[in-house]
Amino acid sequence: MMMKTVLSLAAVAVLSSCASPAPTHEETMKVVKSSFKARGIAKLDRLDQSELQQVCSEVALTGKDLPKDVRERIEKQQMATIKYPADGKFLGDWKAGEVVAQAGRGLQWTDNEKTVNGGNCYACHQLSPQEISFGNIGPSLKGYGKLRGNSEAVVKYTWGKIWNTHAYNACSSMPRFGDAGILTEAQIKDVMALLLDPNSPVNK
Amino acid sequence: MKRARLAAYLAGCAVAMLATGAQAQGSAQDEIAKYREMLQDANPAELLIARGEDLWKQKRGPKNASLERCDLGLGAGVVKGAYAQLPRYFADTNEVMDFESRLVYCMVTLQGFDRAEVTKKPFSGTGQRQTDIEAITTFVVDQSRGVPVRISQSHPMERAAFERGRQLFNMRGGPYDFSCATCHGVDGQRIRLQDLPNISHNKQDAARAFTTWPAYRVSQGALRTMQWRLNDCFRQQRFPEPIFASQSTIDLITFLGVNAEGAKMDSPAIKR
Repeated sequence: MMMKTVLSLAAVAVLSSCASPAPTHEETMKVVKSSFKARGIAKLDRLDQSELQQVCSEVALTGKDLPKDVRERIEKQQMATIKYPADGKFLGDWKAGEVVAQAGRGLQWTDNEKTVNGGNCYACHQLSPQEISFGNIGPSLKGYGKLRGNSEAVVKYTWGKIWNTHAYNACSSMPRFGDAGILTEAQIKDVMALLLDPNSPVNK
Repeated sequence: MKRARLAAYLAGCAVAMLATGAQAQGSAQDEIAKYREMLQDANPAELLIARGEDLWKQKRGPKNASLERCDLGLGAGVVKGAYAQLPRYFADTNEVMDFESRLVYCMVTLQGFDRAEVTKKPFSGTGQRQTDIEAITTFVVDQSRGVPVRISQSHPMERAAFERGRQLFNMRGGPYDFSCATCHGVDGQRIRLQDLPNISHNKQDAARAFTTWPAYRVSQGALRTMQWRLNDCFRQQRFPEPIFASQSTIDLITFLGVNAEGAKMDSPAIKR
């Protein structure tokens, strides 16, 4: 009798431990939200995921690509966020663009509202051949303008890619430099020049 | 003597970094690898191990007790190999705890310290004296050197911690849309010249990352713990700040530890 009870209790324990379902996304998010605190400019609302962030997290988690219709819907939505320069001038100063590409500061809790954000392009991309300290998370952009020319299509595509990369690749790893307000319109013009100006070291 | 040799070597590295041409980046990386190897010679963490051991054994706190009765999962007072099996489930708290949260628990329950006080400033600032938590962690992790990582997944709460950790690892958020996986989910990725371990899909990388933290960071002149490592990743990820020893940090460390299963602890290591 006693033995039986012990055995059945053990069975229940085994069953309940095996059957305990994995934490859901909602449960995990609840734990995450109680595990962080606001510090400086990095407030807790940064943990509120957009739909884009949520579906792309799911892609990384499951290793399954987005269904075609979802991908198309997201890319269309993101395309609508792109703001082209009001004065129609897409290219600024490549020298200032190099400074933006080198600078990595901005939007960390150690920064503040006055921090001039960088683009940190070299963290992930090769650009000017003189800079050998470049990352490889993104493709090499050495010779970007020389290889592609500067037709209106190339110029607009490049602007859009920097403004909101998800318009062209739904779950790209690259930040939305324009859409998320990381860089100003003037800074993006300068980075554009770094990529497309024939005098930029990128195209030498 | 060693310092002079290191300085000369660093100067050599700088010259190598200035070299241009097709091979420049490759050779710069080789030089960095040599520099890292060179650093293994004398690890300043050794001084901290001694201080941590004193802190572990001294009677301290309002209860005037040592930490020698602290149960890190292998029984009260067992330090040898303890770090290599954390995080794990503890019946006395009914929680999964990593080393640093367990240490705080012991400082509070055995020594009578105030939890808020102990966790107020767990990491030392630049040029500051290392905190007690950092010193004790260094002593305890050193006692697991060469011990294979074995993170239990037998308790349902341990499995839940792993699964939440896996989800958080892949969670994109913040103004840069970054997740841990953005930088640590693909083989052979670098930020600038810094190699990034692929923690989610490469067992060797995950093992190296897990077994070499805590580590002495030469560039900061300080020993840094695993909790610090996560904290500094989230800063660069543009997230808000993870609360020290919070559930999500334990979940992530569980995820990392399970991915490093079987690898031998090699900490405190020495890094750039």
